[in-house]
Amino acid sequence: MNRNGRTTTPFGLLKKDPSKSFTGNEGLEINEPLLFEVGRTNTSGVDIDFPASLEDRLGGFKRTRPLGLAGLSEPEAMRHYVRLSRRNFAIDLGLYPLGSCTMKHNPRLNEKLARLSGFGDVHPLQPLSTVQGALEVIHVLAHWLRTLTGMPTVAMSPKAGAHGEMCGMMAIRAALDARGEDRKIVLVPESAHGTNPATAAYLGYTTRTIAVRSDGTVDPDDVERQLSSDVAAIMLTNPNTCGLFERDIVGISDAVHNAGAFFYCDGANFNAIAGLVRPGDLGIDAMHINLHKTFSTPHGGGGPGAGPVVLSEALTPFAPLPYVVYADGQYQLVEHEGEASVEACPFGRMTAFHGQMGMFVRALSYMLSHGADGIQQASRDAVLNANYVRAGLEDVMSLPFSQLRSMHEVLFDDTFLKGTGVSTLDFAKAMIDEGFHPMTVYFPLVVHGAMLIEPTESESREALDQFVATMRKLVNAATSGDRERFIGAPRFTPVGRLDETRAARQPILRWTGNADHLDAAE
Amino acid sequence: MRYLPHTDEDRKAMLAAIGVNSIDDLFVDVPPQARLLGTVELPKRKTEQEVERLLSKMAAKNVPASDVPFFVGAGAYKHHVPATVDHLIQRSEFLTSYTPYQPEISQGTLQYLFEFQTQVSLITGMDVANASMYDGSTGCGEAVLMAERITKRKKSILSGGLHPHYCKVVQNLAKFGGSECVTLSPSTNDGDVCSGRIDETTACIVVQNPNVFGELIDLGPIAEAAHRNGALLIAVVTEIISLGAIKSPGDSGADIVVAEGQSLGVGLNFGGPYLGLFATREKYLRQMPGRICGQTADADGRRGFVLTLSSREQHIRREKATSNICTNSGLCCLAFTIHLSLLGERGLTSLAAINHHNACALADVLSEVDGVEVLNERFFNEFTIRTPQPSVDVIEKLASKGVLGGVPVSRLLPDHPDLSNLIIVAATEVNSDDDRETYRDRLSEILT
Repeated sequence: MNRNGRTTTPFGLLKKDPSKSFTGNEGLEINEPLLFEVGRTNTSGVDIDFPASLEDRLGGFKRTRPLGLAGLSEPEAMRHYVRLSRRNFAIDLGLYPLGSCTMKHNPRLNEKLARLSGFGDVHPLQPLSTVQGALEVIHVLAHWLRTLTGMPTVAMSPKAGAHGEMCGMMAIRAALDARGEDRKIVLVPESAHGTNPATAAYLGYTTRTIAVRSDGTVDPDDVERQLSSDVAAIMLTNPNTCGLFERDIVGISDAVHNAGAFFYCDGANFNAIAGLVRPGDLGIDAMHINLHKTFSTPHGGGGPGAGPVVLSEALTPFAPLPYVVYADGQYQLVEHEGEASVEACPFGRMTAFHGQMGMFVRALSYMLSHGADGIQQASRDAVLNANYVRAGLEDVMSLPFSQLRSMHEVLFDDTFLKGTGVSTLDFAKAMIDEGFHPMTVYFPLVVHGAMLIEPTESESREALDQFVATMRKLVNAATSGDRERFIGAPRFTPVGRLDETRAARQPILRWTGNADHLDAAE
Repeated sequence: MRYLPHTDEDRKAMLAAIGVNSIDDLFVDVPPQARLLGTVELPKRKTEQEVERLLSKMAAKNVPASDVPFFVGAGAYKHHVPATVDHLIQRSEFLTSYTPYQPEISQGTLQYLFEFQTQVSLITGMDVANASMYDGSTGCGEAVLMAERITKRKKSILSGGLHPHYCKVVQNLAKFGGSECVTLSPSTNDGDVCSGRIDETTACIVVQNPNVFGELIDLGPIAEAAHRNGALLIAVVTEIISLGAIKSPGDSGADIVVAEGQSLGVGLNFGGPYLGLFATREKYLRQMPGRICGQTADADGRRGFVLTLSSREQHIRREKATSNICTNSGLCCLAFTIHLSLLGERGLTSLAAINHHNACALADVLSEVDGVEVLNERFFNEFTIRTPQPSVDVIEKLASKGVLGGVPVSRLLPDHPDLSNLIIVAATEVNSDDDRETYRDRLSEILT
């Protein structure tokens, strides 16, 4: 099929349709086949020749079978991936109000600095004398995180938010073990991120659900009721997933501590309060910080992230390995239990090396650029923007929790769509046709048809005005019976609504296109 | 502040539209005792130029791999990455997009994930792969838990050639998850020991190939012993380029393959971000952790891609999720995919051959030094030498002479004094004849 190196017909064009172009392309909208359909096993975009004289000390394990990997010349690769890139929405293209995901401007200075050879081109196991600057970055970033959170210790190595959450809960388990207590229960509000109960279960805990009050916050009486000598910890998100500040948090943390349990805070929404509220002052024992959210390291299709965890005094001895210490003008790395100080009792290692150094440089660059004053202003502007959107939409959309102020994100539900025949998802898809990424839908689970909007601080007033005006027009279209606009949406995208059920029922997870491909490699 | 678009007039007008007098009125739900008065004690904002100067100064205190003869490996490798890779991953539409929750406007990400999964399946010789893990070590931990779920057994065995940091990550997870983890004693050639340790209580055996000392392991007999006992073989690959030269773990009978993909496209980055590769047999698909991208179609029959099988994941299953992983290393997947598509089968095969060739040449050159012994007979691009002096001292002295000569085994395994004179040495395509000779000469000076 592909022996001549010509592209095969893109899958979707087999249908005869006279209104379609011959190629299936639509001007700048180009249908790009898979790498394996454009590439060839004998093509390479890198000039490497097989060495003329080859020694073989592979001990009989030499590969004899072809792998079937497709290759592209450099111009082909450039075109393939540039074409693919054009089929993506991105924060650099437009408003991306995914609540709790925090899509804000990604400054390119951060990218430039992370790529300095002194950061990007150093090995994690080089002698420490040759990586003093890298250790300094970790040390300085740790200082910023400790200061912003008002907590004495930070574990830098977790590789993402959920990984940090696991790290924090492990520290809590280690502290309980050290006290000789085998507590079995973790309390998790029904509005929590799915990672919270998953983490607790992963570490062998049984979770108990805490009710959410009619105002959208955790019910402190329910917490009191459920606390017992068998409770290891509570896992709360603050500001919570409804975009509200848990106003009883100090009382909750006192109650938790009085019961001998620990307070884990999901730090996913720290960007609402950074520089304004220190989690340490709220009585929190452990909290992960999604560097990619609060400090704007780019998400790149979802990752990599970074999830350092701040720890209270009670959990400090249990911080995992490795960690950086500074003494006598030198940075040292404590990599093994035996090197730790007497009072330290590290619980283990979260990952092979020292964490997401590339993300540390980006986050530190972002922090230095903002400074203490700028971080505070960024949090204020994030809250201002969310409330501005709320004010612009609350008369036409439905607010499930209107008693409290919204923080950096505002939660609507789909009550306003009742009787229109337009679903939450339809509404979201219609936003795509207007050039916006949809908000987070169906989360949090505590309200029906949740729509969680987080504009972030990097949106201008003009951009928000345009967003609000468009949303109002969409609401009006839905309530005035213009169903067509929603049911067929999105229309102006490379593909229409995709059959997700089919993808799960008959999983096709890799290209198996043609056997010729492997034959060609023989 | 250059990243914040509002003027003070904007803010005033917006507050008025909201109907409050000041921004503080929006924070009324924060209890007074929780609010910070003033600002935290950290420096004020800096200009772009100032930040650049500050961080460049820190960067200049490090010795980059490209600046010196460089032979450090043991889980992370210095390879040349084509300029095209870094250019493409910095395209706004890739760099600044999020998890592809809305597939119609995320086909760029989803298609490269599908291509990535295909490449990982092909290169490891397995049926299916996921859209990546955080890194090789965390992927290894997840693989062990997956094997425990499949076999309903609670004991895993870690071979003595598994990277000690990977062992630590797995032991940590096992400790908290209430399962047993038996770690065999480190030895440069541990393959033969493994098979004998598997019994009918074993969930899985984890074997790294080439192992941390660089030795190539025969996975075949270990897979047989595992399967005979109803256990799984988890094969770990820290140098993915090795699979351009040696038999794939899938062909040797592995049930789960976990690899570090850093060598292709990602760069050293002082340890992260890296890229965990994860592949398995089709029958274990629904126990596989992590994100998965699948092919489907829209109403007009056009091919498209979506995230799929999410019913395993925590946002749906919560307490019953198959893993704790909530993201993938998206941008690192992209770098890997672009680099591997530029190489293609031909390029990867040649690159692997050059790596092996350079390692053989390095082993020969270092053997010329009095008192230095190369311990491996069969290796890919990494091997272990024994020196007459403690390896930490040797490596430190080499560094002061401008050569980064490898990883002292005692840095990874400080509790094994018998291994304190061993150095793990890696060679790749970036090493020249001059680099090798410089290494030999400096090593001779130190040892005489």
